[in-house]
Amino acid sequence: MSKNKTKVIVEPGKQEFFIIREFDAPRELVFKAFTDPKLYVQWLGPRRMKMELEKFEPRTGGMWRYHHTDPEGNRYSFHGVNHEILYPERLIDTFEFENMPEKGHVSLETARFEELPGGRTKLTVQSIFQTVADRDGMAGGGMEKGVSEGFERLDELLEKTRTMVKA
Amino acid sequence: MSLLANQELFSALADPTRRSIIELLANNGQMSATEIFDNFDLTNPAVSQHLRVLREAELVQMEKSAQKHLYRLNAKTMHSLEDWIKQTTQHWDERFEQLDGVLEAEKRKTQKKGR
Repeated sequence: MSKNKTKVIVEPGKQEFFIIREFDAPRELVFKAFTDPKLYVQWLGPRRMKMELEKFEPRTGGMWRYHHTDPEGNRYSFHGVNHEILYPERLIDTFEFENMPEKGHVSLETARFEELPGGRTKLTVQSIFQTVADRDGMAGGGMEKGVSEGFERLDELLEKTRTMVKA
Repeated sequence: MSLLANQELFSALADPTRRSIIELLANNGQMSATEIFDNFDLTNPAVSQHLRVLREAELVQMEKSAQKHLYRLNAKTMHSLEDWIKQTTQHWDERFEQLDGVLEAEKRKTQKKGR
């Protein structure tokens, strides 16, 4: 099986990002993996975290809420509303990370499922944020504590080993 | 520097002239202000203004040498930017690799049923 590459499109100064990925499975099945809680819970969470799907109503107007818990016991919670579930081509939902210092930083997510030849599927996820700053925080995986500290450490290391970089 | 704290960075990069300046500096290493000016059809103050924004966002560094203002990329910020994109891609890659596994398992189940 060939390795499918994840493409992330993050343009500077914009309030959105795109994630594009192909899957070696038919569209109906990929869609099912996004809407069947038994399947969803198996892939959504980062490997090192415990994933808990508290609420999952895969229908238009339904709510969702889940928690990731890391090995140190830190819990990260997310919730939103399913604006539209259109089998098997489109999902639209709102998304809010609950560990933000203030409430109301909500983004709108649209997942599009396209049929490709040979029983394959192309997935395009678009996330639109209220501000560029919100996007830049979230897109970088900044929702998980420790990421920015990680950056700092990496920076120090890189500075020691390299001096010049091609843009 | 925490990249997440540097929100100026992304608006600094949003402008095409500023992105061209960054490309120039990436190709040439170090350039004087005059050399940079020569590459654009804009007035010198306009280019200077772009250089100031890039400096404030810590994307470039300026050093005064005799009468010259010498510019080069701030490698530290450039690395953060690379890492930031890498981090995002890794996050989603991991997630989707797990999804690949789920899909494979589901496909096998359906095949069995079909027999």
